Amino acid sequence: MEFDWMKIPYALLTLFIVVNYGFLLNALIQKIAARVGRRYGIPIWQNYVDLIKNYGLRSSITHGAMFYLGPVFRLSGGVGLLLFVPAIYGSYMFSNLSFAGDLILALYFIFFGTLGMALGAGESGHPYAAIGVSRGLSQVTTSELPLALAVFSVALQYQTLSVTEIVAAQQGGILNWTLFTNPVAVAAAMLSFLGSMMRPPFDVVLAPQEIPIGPPTEYHSSYLALMQTNRAIFPVAKIVIYMNLFFGGASDWPTFFLKVFLIYLWSAFVGVVFPRFRVEQSIRWFLIWAVPLGILSILMV
Amino acid sequence: MKEELQKRVIKGPDGVEFEVEPLRDYYCEAPPTVMPGAYIQIVEDLFNWARAESIWILGFGTGCGAIEMRPLMTPRFDAYRYGVQWRPTPRQANLLMISGYLSTKTLKRAIRSYEQMQSPKYVVGLGSCTINGGMYWDSYNTIKRLDDYLPVDLYIAGCMPRPEALLAGFQDMKKLIRAGKGEGANRYAENFDWYKANQKRVIHDWDMPDYSW
Repeated sequence: MEFDWMKIPYALLTLFIVVNYGFLLNALIQKIAARVGRRYGIPIWQNYVDLIKNYGLRSSITHGAMFYLGPVFRLSGGVGLLLFVPAIYGSYMFSNLSFAGDLILALYFIFFGTLGMALGAGESGHPYAAIGVSRGLSQVTTSELPLALAVFSVALQYQTLSVTEIVAAQQGGILNWTLFTNPVAVAAAMLSFLGSMMRPPFDVVLAPQEIPIGPPTEYHSSYLALMQTNRAIFPVAKIVIYMNLFFGGASDWPTFFLKVFLIYLWSAFVGVVFPRFRVEQSIRWFLIWAVPLGILSILMV
Repeated sequence: MKEELQKRVIKGPDGVEFEVEPLRDYYCEAPPTVMPGAYIQIVEDLFNWARAESIWILGFGTGCGAIEMRPLMTPRFDAYRYGVQWRPTPRQANLLMISGYLSTKTLKRAIRSYEQMQSPKYVVGLGSCTINGGMYWDSYNTIKRLDDYLPVDLYIAGCMPRPEALLAGFQDMKKLIRAGKGEGANRYAENFDWYKANQKRVIHDWDMPDYSW
Protein backbone atom coordinates (compact mmCIF):
# COMPACT_ATOMS: atom_id res chain seq x y z
CA MET A 1 0.00 0.00 0.00
CA GLU A 2 1.24 3.42 -0.94
CA PHE A 3 1.66 5.76 2.00
CA ASP A 4 1.80 9.48 1.45
CA TRP A 5 4.39 10.85 3.89
CA MET A 6 3.16 14.40 3.42
CA LYS A 7 0.07 13.40 5.40
CA ILE A 8 2.05 13.38 8.64
CA PRO A 9 2.95 17.10 8.76
CA TYR A 10 -0.58 17.89 7.58
CA ALA A 11 -2.03 15.84 10.41
CA LEU A 12 0.27 17.62 12.87
CA LEU A 13 -1.01 20.93 11.53
CA THR A 14 -4.57 19.77 12.24
CA LEU A 15 -3.45 18.82 15.73
CA PHE A 16 -1.95 22.28 16.27
CA ILE A 17 -5.12 24.03 15.15
CA VAL A 18 -7.29 21.77 17.28
CA VAL A 19 -5.16 22.22 20.41
CA ASN A 20 -5.44 25.98 20.22
CA TYR A 21 -9.08 25.89 19.31
CA GLY A 22 -9.70 23.46 22.17
CA PHE A 23 -8.04 25.73 24.73
CA LEU A 24 -10.04 28.74 23.62
CA LEU A 25 -13.25 26.72 23.34
CA ASN A 26 -12.87 25.28 26.84
CA ALA A 27 -12.33 28.74 28.28
CA LEU A 28 -15.27 30.08 26.29
CA ILE A 29 -17.58 27.34 27.55
CA GLN A 30 -16.39 27.94 31.12
CA LYS A 31 -17.06 31.62 30.61
CA ILE A 32 -20.55 30.90 29.33
CA ALA A 33 -21.24 28.69 32.34
CA ALA A 34 -19.90 31.47 34.59
CA ARG A 35 -22.13 34.06 32.93
CA VAL A 36 -25.12 31.82 33.59
CA GLY A 37 -24.12 31.97 37.25
CA ARG A 38 -23.81 35.77 36.89
CA ARG A 39 -20.07 35.66 37.29
CA TYR A 40 -17.64 37.35 34.96
CA GLY A 41 -15.68 34.15 34.39
CA ILE A 42 -12.04 33.41 33.64
CA PRO A 43 -10.06 35.32 31.03
CA ILE A 44 -10.19 33.57 27.66
CA TRP A 45 -6.43 32.87 27.71
CA GLN A 46 -6.46 31.48 31.28
CA ASN A 47 -5.99 27.87 30.15
CA TYR A 48 -2.75 28.77 28.36
CA VAL A 49 -1.43 30.48 31.49
CA ASP A 50 -2.34 27.49 33.65
CA LEU A 51 -0.55 25.23 31.20
CA ILE A 52 2.65 27.31 31.22
CA LYS A 53 2.53 27.49 34.98
CA ASN A 54 2.15 23.76 35.37
CA TYR A 55 5.02 23.09 32.99
CA GLY A 56 7.03 25.71 34.90
CA LEU A 57 6.69 24.15 38.34
CA ARG A 58 10.09 23.15 39.66
CA SER A 59 9.39 19.95 41.52
CA SER A 60 7.43 16.85 40.73
CA ILE A 61 7.27 13.51 42.43
CA THR A 62 6.36 10.12 41.07
CA HIS A 63 4.55 7.06 42.30
CA GLY A 64 5.95 4.61 39.76
CA ALA A 65 6.00 3.80 36.06
CA MET A 66 2.26 3.69 35.47
CA PHE A 67 1.98 7.09 37.14
CA TYR A 68 4.09 8.47 34.30
CA LEU A 69 2.21 6.54 31.66
CA GLY A 70 -1.31 7.50 32.79
CA PRO A 71 -1.30 11.05 31.36
CA VAL A 72 0.62 9.81 28.31
CA PHE A 73 -2.07 7.20 27.59
CA ARG A 74 -4.71 9.81 28.12
CA LEU A 75 -3.06 12.22 25.73
CA SER A 76 -2.45 9.53 23.13
CA GLY A 77 -6.14 8.61 23.39
CA GLY A 78 -7.10 12.18 22.49
CA VAL A 79 -4.45 12.62 19.80
CA GLY A 80 -5.14 9.20 18.28
CA LEU A 81 -8.84 9.92 18.16
CA LEU A 82 -8.17 13.13 16.31
CA LEU A 83 -5.55 11.82 13.90
CA PHE A 84 -7.52 8.89 12.56
CA VAL A 85 -10.70 10.65 11.56
CA PRO A 86 -11.01 13.28 8.83
CA ALA A 87 -11.31 16.77 10.33
CA ILE A 88 -12.31 18.56 7.13
CA TYR A 89 -14.28 16.58 4.57
CA GLY A 90 -12.96 16.67 1.03
CA SER A 91 -9.72 18.40 2.03
CA TYR A 92 -6.53 16.53 1.23
CA MET A 93 -4.62 18.52 3.84
CA PHE A 94 -6.95 17.89 6.75
CA SER A 95 -8.34 14.43 6.10
CA ASN A 96 -5.57 13.19 8.45
CA LEU A 97 -4.73 9.50 8.55
CA SER A 98 -8.27 8.25 8.02
CA PHE A 99 -8.70 4.84 6.42
CA ALA A 100 -11.41 2.33 5.63
CA GLY A 101 -12.14 1.01 9.13
CA ASP A 102 -11.44 4.15 11.16
CA LEU A 103 -14.84 4.14 12.86
CA ILE A 104 -13.93 1.06 14.92
CA LEU A 105 -10.57 2.56 15.85
CA ALA A 106 -12.25 5.79 16.92
CA LEU A 107 -14.64 3.90 19.19
CA TYR A 108 -11.64 2.22 20.76
CA PHE A 109 -9.70 5.46 21.23
CA ILE A 110 -12.63 7.09 23.04
CA PHE A 111 -12.26 4.44 25.73
CA PHE A 112 -8.47 4.24 25.66
CA GLY A 113 -7.74 7.44 27.59
CA THR A 114 -10.06 6.48 30.41
CA LEU A 115 -8.35 3.13 30.78
CA GLY A 116 -4.90 4.74 30.83
CA MET A 117 -6.11 7.17 33.44
CA ALA A 118 -7.45 4.30 35.53
CA LEU A 119 -4.05 2.59 35.51
CA GLY A 120 -2.17 5.78 36.31
CA ALA A 121 -4.53 6.92 39.02
CA GLY A 122 -4.54 3.46 40.54
CA GLU A 123 -0.77 3.59 40.86
CA SER A 124 -0.95 6.91 42.70
CA GLY A 125 -2.49 4.99 45.59
CA HIS A 126 -4.78 7.79 46.69
CA PRO A 127 -8.18 6.52 47.89
CA TYR A 128 -10.03 9.38 46.18
CA ALA A 129 -8.34 8.47 42.92
CA ALA A 130 -9.57 4.89 43.27
CA ILE A 131 -13.13 6.04 44.00
CA GLY A 132 -13.00 8.44 41.06
CA VAL A 133 -11.71 5.76 38.72
CA SER A 134 -14.32 3.21 39.68
CA ARG A 135 -17.04 5.81 39.21
CA GLY A 136 -15.53 7.00 35.98
CA LEU A 137 -15.17 3.57 34.45
CA SER A 138 -18.70 2.49 35.33
CA GLN A 139 -20.15 5.73 34.02
CA VAL A 140 -18.11 5.72 30.82
CA THR A 141 -19.06 2.10 30.20
CA THR A 142 -22.76 2.83 30.38
CA SER A 143 -22.50 6.05 28.43
CA GLU A 144 -20.49 4.27 25.72
CA LEU A 145 -23.25 1.72 25.21
CA PRO A 146 -25.76 4.05 23.50
CA LEU A 147 -22.94 5.61 21.48
CA ALA A 148 -21.76 2.22 20.26
CA LEU A 149 -25.32 1.24 19.37
CA ALA A 150 -25.86 4.53 17.54
CA VAL A 151 -22.58 4.12 15.67
CA PHE A 152 -23.52 0.58 14.61
CA SER A 153 -26.89 1.87 13.50
CA VAL A 154 -25.23 4.55 11.39
CA ALA A 155 -22.73 2.03 9.99
CA LEU A 156 -25.62 -0.27 9.06
CA GLN A 157 -27.53 2.60 7.51
CA TYR A 158 -24.65 3.63 5.23
CA GLN A 159 -23.19 0.11 4.90
CA THR A 160 -19.65 1.29 5.67
CA LEU A 161 -17.16 1.61 8.52
CA SER A 162 -15.29 4.54 7.00
CA VAL A 163 -16.00 7.95 8.50
CA THR A 164 -15.13 9.64 5.21
CA GLU A 165 -17.76 7.64 3.31
CA ILE A 166 -20.36 8.34 5.99
CA VAL A 167 -19.68 12.06 5.63
CA ALA A 168 -19.79 11.75 1.85
CA ALA A 169 -23.22 10.12 2.06
CA GLN A 170 -24.54 13.11 4.04
CA GLN A 171 -23.52 15.79 1.56
CA GLY A 172 -25.95 17.79 -0.52
CA GLY A 173 -28.24 19.63 1.85
CA ILE A 174 -29.13 19.68 5.50
CA LEU A 175 -31.86 17.05 5.09
CA ASN A 176 -29.27 14.46 4.13
CA TRP A 177 -27.65 14.66 7.56
CA THR A 178 -27.96 11.62 9.80
CA LEU A 179 -29.76 13.97 12.17
CA PHE A 180 -32.74 13.81 9.81
CA THR A 181 -32.26 10.44 8.16
CA ASN A 182 -31.75 8.56 11.43
CA PRO A 183 -32.92 10.83 14.28
CA VAL A 184 -33.24 8.07 16.89
CA ALA A 185 -29.57 7.12 16.60
CA VAL A 186 -28.57 10.78 16.90
CA ALA A 187 -30.74 11.17 19.98
CA ALA A 188 -29.10 8.15 21.63
CA ALA A 189 -25.63 9.42 20.74
CA MET A 190 -26.31 12.95 21.97
CA LEU A 191 -27.50 11.58 25.33
CA SER A 192 -24.32 9.52 25.52
CA PHE A 193 -22.35 12.63 24.60
CA LEU A 194 -23.45 14.31 27.83
CA GLY A 195 -21.88 11.50 29.82
CA SER A 196 -18.38 11.89 28.46
CA MET A 197 -17.94 15.66 28.56
CA MET A 198 -17.16 15.93 32.29
CA ARG A 199 -19.87 18.47 32.78
CA PRO A 200 -22.88 18.31 35.10
CA PRO A 201 -25.05 16.31 35.53
CA PHE A 202 -22.42 13.66 34.82
CA ASP A 203 -19.33 15.12 36.49
CA VAL A 204 -19.44 12.97 39.61
CA VAL A 205 -16.16 11.43 38.44
CA LEU A 206 -14.25 14.58 39.24
CA ALA A 207 -16.69 15.70 41.95
CA PRO A 208 -14.62 18.69 43.04
CA GLN A 209 -16.46 19.06 46.32
CA GLU A 210 -16.81 15.61 47.77
CA ILE A 211 -13.93 13.51 46.50
CA PRO A 212 -11.32 16.15 45.74
CA ILE A 213 -10.96 16.03 41.96
CA GLY A 214 -11.14 12.19 41.73
CA PRO A 215 -8.65 10.36 39.48
CA PRO A 216 -6.10 13.19 39.09
CA THR A 217 -5.89 13.86 42.85
CA GLU A 218 -2.19 13.04 42.95
CA TYR A 219 -1.32 14.51 39.56
CA HIS A 220 0.61 17.77 39.50
CA SER A 221 3.04 19.92 37.51
CA SER A 222 3.96 18.40 34.14
CA TYR A 223 1.68 15.37 34.52
CA LEU A 224 -1.26 17.67 35.07
CA ALA A 225 -0.16 19.86 32.19
CA LEU A 226 -0.22 16.83 29.87
CA MET A 227 -3.73 16.06 31.04
CA GLN A 228 -4.77 19.67 30.52
CA THR A 229 -3.52 19.45 26.95
CA ASN A 230 -5.66 16.38 26.52
CA ARG A 231 -8.57 18.26 28.06
CA ALA A 232 -8.26 20.64 25.12
CA ILE A 233 -7.87 17.98 22.42
CA PHE A 234 -10.23 15.23 23.52
CA PRO A 235 -13.58 17.08 23.53
CA VAL A 236 -12.87 18.56 20.12
CA ALA A 237 -11.75 15.19 18.74
CA LYS A 238 -14.87 13.53 20.08
CA ILE A 239 -17.07 16.27 18.72
CA VAL A 240 -15.38 15.87 15.33
CA ILE A 241 -16.60 12.28 15.28
CA TYR A 242 -20.11 13.35 16.23
CA MET A 243 -20.02 16.07 13.62
CA ASN A 244 -18.87 13.64 10.95
CA LEU A 245 -21.31 10.91 11.84
CA PHE A 246 -24.45 12.89 12.56
CA PHE A 247 -24.18 16.51 11.44
CA GLY A 248 -22.86 16.29 7.94
CA GLY A 249 -19.19 16.93 8.68
CA ALA A 250 -17.45 20.17 7.79
CA SER A 251 -15.94 21.11 4.47
CA ASP A 252 -13.98 24.14 5.72
CA TRP A 253 -12.57 25.46 9.00
CA PRO A 254 -15.25 28.10 9.77
CA THR A 255 -17.99 25.46 9.46
CA PHE A 256 -15.85 23.15 11.57
CA PHE A 257 -15.42 25.74 14.33
CA LEU A 258 -19.09 26.62 14.33
CA LYS A 259 -20.39 23.06 14.40
CA VAL A 260 -17.94 21.96 17.09
CA PHE A 261 -18.90 24.96 19.21
CA LEU A 262 -22.61 24.28 18.85
CA ILE A 263 -22.28 20.60 19.70
CA TYR A 264 -20.13 21.48 22.72
CA LEU A 265 -22.69 24.07 23.74
CA TRP A 266 -25.28 21.30 23.98
CA SER A 267 -23.42 19.70 26.88
CA ALA A 268 -22.79 23.08 28.50
CA PHE A 269 -26.47 23.95 28.11
CA VAL A 270 -27.58 20.77 29.83
CA GLY A 271 -24.82 21.23 32.38
CA VAL A 272 -25.90 24.63 33.63
CA VAL A 273 -29.55 23.60 33.86
CA PHE A 274 -29.31 20.30 35.70
CA PRO A 275 -27.56 19.45 38.97
CA ARG A 276 -25.16 16.58 39.38
CA PHE A 277 -26.25 12.95 39.29
CA ARG A 278 -24.83 10.41 41.68
CA VAL A 279 -23.07 7.63 39.85
CA GLU A 280 -25.78 5.03 40.29
CA GLN A 281 -28.36 7.57 39.15
CA SER A 282 -26.40 8.39 36.03
CA ILE A 283 -25.88 4.71 35.20
CA ARG A 284 -29.58 4.06 35.63
CA TRP A 285 -30.37 7.12 33.54
CA PHE A 286 -28.22 5.92 30.67
CA LEU A 287 -29.60 2.39 30.82
CA ILE A 288 -33.21 3.55 30.99
CA TRP A 289 -33.23 6.47 28.55
CA ALA A 290 -30.27 6.20 26.20
CA VAL A 291 -29.72 2.48 25.63
CA PRO A 292 -33.32 1.69 24.50
CA LEU A 293 -33.05 4.57 22.02
CA GLY A 294 -29.85 3.01 20.67
CA ILE A 295 -31.47 -0.41 20.32
CA LEU A 296 -34.51 1.17 18.69
CA SER A 297 -32.29 2.97 16.18
CA ILE A 298 -30.70 -0.33 15.15
CA LEU A 299 -34.10 -1.99 14.85
CA MET A 300 -35.41 0.87 12.72
CA VAL A 301 -32.50 0.61 10.32
CA MET B 1 4.16 8.21 69.16
CA LYS B 2 1.09 6.30 68.07
CA GLU B 3 1.08 2.55 68.33
CA GLU B 4 0.57 1.91 64.64
CA LEU B 5 3.63 4.00 63.78
CA GLN B 6 6.02 2.14 66.04
CA LYS B 7 8.56 -0.35 64.81
CA ARG B 8 7.14 -3.84 65.15
CA VAL B 9 7.27 -7.40 63.88
CA ILE B 10 4.36 -8.52 61.74
CA LYS B 11 3.34 -12.01 60.74
CA GLY B 12 2.33 -12.15 57.09
CA PRO B 13 -0.58 -14.23 55.75
CA ASP B 14 1.87 -16.90 54.58
CA GLY B 15 3.42 -17.22 58.03
CA VAL B 16 6.62 -15.27 57.33
CA GLU B 17 7.56 -12.79 60.02
CA PHE B 18 9.04 -9.45 59.00
CA GLU B 19 9.88 -6.19 60.66
CA VAL B 20 7.95 -3.02 59.82
CA GLU B 21 9.03 0.51 60.64
CA PRO B 22 6.18 2.63 59.24
CA LEU B 23 7.86 6.02 59.20
CA ARG B 24 10.90 4.60 57.40
CA ASP B 25 9.11 2.16 55.12
CA TYR B 26 6.03 4.06 54.05
CA TYR B 27 7.37 7.60 53.85
CA CYS B 28 10.31 9.32 52.27
CA GLU B 29 12.17 11.21 54.96
CA ALA B 30 14.66 13.07 52.78
CA PRO B 31 14.73 16.79 53.61
CA PRO B 32 13.75 19.26 50.89
CA THR B 33 16.42 20.87 48.75
CA VAL B 34 16.73 24.36 47.34
CA MET B 35 15.44 24.37 43.78
CA PRO B 36 16.89 27.04 41.53
CA GLY B 37 14.78 28.64 38.83
CA ALA B 38 15.23 28.19 35.10
CA TYR B 39 18.79 28.85 33.94
CA ILE B 40 17.81 31.50 31.41
CA GLN B 41 16.35 34.57 33.06
CA ILE B 42 13.77 35.29 30.40
CA VAL B 43 12.30 31.78 30.78
CA GLU B 44 12.12 32.24 34.54
CA ASP B 45 10.41 35.59 33.97
CA LEU B 46 7.86 33.91 31.72
CA PHE B 47 7.22 31.24 34.34
CA ASN B 48 6.92 33.87 37.06
CA TRP B 49 4.37 35.71 34.97
CA ALA B 50 2.40 32.50 34.48
CA ARG B 51 2.64 31.64 38.18
CA ALA B 52 1.37 35.11 39.05
CA GLU B 53 -1.53 34.95 36.63
CA SER B 54 -2.58 31.45 37.61
CA ILE B 55 -2.71 31.17 41.39
CA TRP B 56 -4.28 27.94 42.55
CA ILE B 57 -5.31 28.03 46.17
CA LEU B 58 -5.48 25.00 48.38
CA GLY B 59 -9.07 24.82 49.57
CA PHE B 60 -8.14 24.14 53.18
CA GLY B 61 -10.04 26.37 55.59
CA THR B 62 -8.05 26.54 58.81
CA GLY B 63 -9.72 29.20 60.94
CA CYS B 64 -12.72 31.47 60.98
CA GLY B 65 -11.25 33.38 58.02
CA ALA B 66 -12.16 30.48 55.76
CA ILE B 67 -15.64 31.91 55.61
CA GLU B 68 -14.28 35.08 54.02
CA MET B 69 -12.88 33.10 51.11
CA ARG B 70 -16.16 31.57 49.98
CA PRO B 71 -17.66 34.86 48.77
CA LEU B 72 -14.70 35.15 46.41
CA MET B 73 -16.16 32.35 44.30
CA THR B 74 -19.55 34.01 44.09
CA PRO B 75 -20.78 36.51 41.49
CA ARG B 76 -20.24 39.48 43.77
CA PHE B 77 -16.46 39.15 44.03
CA ASP B 78 -15.57 36.42 41.49
CA ALA B 79 -11.83 35.93 41.98
CA TYR B 80 -11.70 33.63 38.92
CA ARG B 81 -11.39 36.65 36.65
CA TYR B 82 -8.00 37.37 38.23
CA GLY B 83 -6.73 33.88 37.49
CA VAL B 84 -7.32 32.71 41.07
CA GLN B 85 -8.80 29.23 41.37
CA TRP B 86 -9.41 26.79 44.20
CA ARG B 87 -7.91 23.34 43.97
CA PRO B 88 -9.11 20.59 46.26
CA THR B 89 -5.77 18.81 46.48
CA PRO B 90 -2.41 20.11 47.76
CA ARG B 91 -0.58 18.47 44.86
CA GLN B 92 -2.07 20.89 42.37
CA ALA B 93 -2.14 24.00 44.54
CA ASN B 94 0.43 26.80 44.67
CA LEU B 95 -0.89 28.95 47.46
CA LEU B 96 -1.69 27.85 51.00
CA MET B 97 -4.03 30.30 52.63
CA ILE B 98 -3.84 30.16 56.42
CA SER B 99 -7.16 31.76 57.14
CA GLY B 100 -7.09 32.99 60.70
CA TYR B 101 -6.09 31.36 63.95
CA LEU B 102 -4.24 28.09 63.75
CA SER B 103 -4.54 25.64 66.61
CA THR B 104 -1.54 23.38 67.10
CA LYS B 105 -3.67 20.46 66.02
CA THR B 106 -4.48 22.15 62.72
CA LEU B 107 -0.90 23.33 62.37
CA LYS B 108 0.13 19.72 61.99
CA ARG B 109 -2.25 19.25 59.05
CA ALA B 110 -1.30 22.60 57.57
CA ILE B 111 2.39 21.63 57.63
CA ARG B 112 1.71 18.30 55.94
CA SER B 113 -0.45 19.97 53.30
CA TYR B 114 2.15 22.65 52.70
CA GLU B 115 4.91 20.10 52.27
CA GLN B 116 2.90 18.12 49.74
CA MET B 117 2.52 21.15 47.50
CA GLN B 118 4.90 21.46 44.58
CA SER B 119 7.58 24.11 44.49
CA PRO B 120 7.37 27.09 44.01
CA LYS B 121 4.66 27.50 46.61
CA TYR B 122 3.41 30.44 48.60
CA VAL B 123 1.82 30.99 51.99
CA VAL B 124 -0.54 33.84 52.76
CA GLY B 125 -1.49 34.62 56.35
CA LEU B 126 -4.99 35.94 56.62
CA GLY B 127 -6.06 38.06 59.56
CA SER B 128 -4.25 39.37 62.59
CA CYS B 129 -4.24 35.94 64.29
CA THR B 130 -1.51 34.81 61.92
CA ILE B 131 0.57 37.93 62.58
CA ASN B 132 0.66 38.11 66.37
CA GLY B 133 -2.05 35.84 67.71
CA GLY B 134 -4.77 38.48 67.46
CA MET B 135 -7.59 37.95 69.89
CA TYR B 136 -6.15 34.53 70.71
CA TRP B 137 -2.86 36.05 71.91
CA ASP B 138 -3.10 34.30 75.30
CA SER B 139 -4.64 31.05 74.14
CA TYR B 140 -2.83 27.90 75.18
CA ASN B 141 -3.45 25.96 71.97
CA THR B 142 -3.02 28.37 69.08
CA ILE B 143 0.21 29.53 67.50
CA LYS B 144 0.99 33.23 67.66
CA ARG B 145 3.37 33.96 64.77
CA LEU B 146 2.74 31.92 61.64
CA ASP B 147 6.09 32.99 60.22
CA ASP B 148 7.89 30.84 62.80
CA TYR B 149 6.37 27.66 61.39
CA LEU B 150 5.83 28.23 57.67
CA PRO B 151 7.54 30.71 55.31
CA VAL B 152 4.87 33.39 54.90
CA ASP B 153 5.02 35.50 51.75
CA LEU B 154 2.24 37.92 52.53
CA TYR B 155 -0.03 38.92 55.39
CA ILE B 156 -3.49 40.34 54.92
CA ALA B 157 -4.28 42.21 58.13
CA GLY B 158 -7.73 42.55 59.65
CA CYS B 159 -10.07 40.71 61.95
CA MET B 160 -11.39 39.37 59.64
CA PRO B 161 -10.35 41.07 56.40
CA ARG B 162 -13.20 41.55 53.97
CA PRO B 163 -13.19 39.72 50.62
CA GLU B 164 -12.16 42.99 48.98
CA ALA B 165 -9.03 42.97 51.12
CA LEU B 166 -8.33 39.44 49.93
CA LEU B 167 -8.62 40.51 46.32
CA ALA B 168 -6.18 43.35 47.01
CA GLY B 169 -3.92 40.80 48.69
CA PHE B 170 -3.98 38.59 45.60
CA GLN B 171 -2.91 41.54 43.51
CA ASP B 172 0.01 42.20 45.89
CA MET B 173 0.90 38.52 45.79
CA LYS B 174 0.99 38.68 42.01
CA LYS B 175 3.44 41.60 42.16
CA LEU B 176 5.66 39.65 44.54
CA ILE B 177 5.65 36.55 42.35
CA ARG B 178 6.28 38.49 39.19
CA ALA B 179 9.24 40.23 40.82
CA GLY B 180 10.68 36.79 41.59
CA LYS B 181 10.24 37.22 45.35
CA GLY B 182 7.95 34.26 45.88
CA GLU B 183 10.73 31.92 46.99
CA GLY B 184 9.12 30.65 50.18
CA ALA B 185 9.74 27.01 49.29
CA ASN B 186 13.48 27.65 49.01
CA ARG B 187 13.48 29.65 52.23
CA TYR B 188 11.80 26.69 53.90
CA ALA B 189 14.42 24.32 52.51
CA GLU B 190 17.33 26.56 53.54
CA ASN B 191 16.11 27.03 57.10
CA PHE B 192 14.58 23.59 57.36
CA ASP B 193 16.12 22.76 60.74
CA TRP B 194 14.94 26.04 62.25
CA TYR B 195 11.38 25.58 61.02
CA LYS B 196 11.27 21.95 62.18
CA ALA B 197 12.61 22.89 65.63
CA ASN B 198 9.89 25.53 65.95
CA GLN B 199 7.20 23.15 64.76
CA LYS B 200 8.27 20.39 67.12
CA ARG B 201 8.31 22.82 70.02
CA VAL B 202 4.54 23.30 69.81
CA ILE B 203 3.45 19.96 68.33
CA HIS B 204 4.03 17.52 71.14
CA ASP B 205 2.63 14.35 69.56
CA TRP B 206 4.88 14.42 66.51
CA ASP B 207 3.85 11.24 64.67
CA MET B 208 4.69 12.03 61.08
CA PRO B 209 7.77 12.03 58.87
CA ASP B 210 9.96 15.12 59.06
CA TYR B 211 9.04 16.03 55.51
CA SER B 212 5.95 14.82 53.68
CA TRP B 213 6.76 14.31 50.04
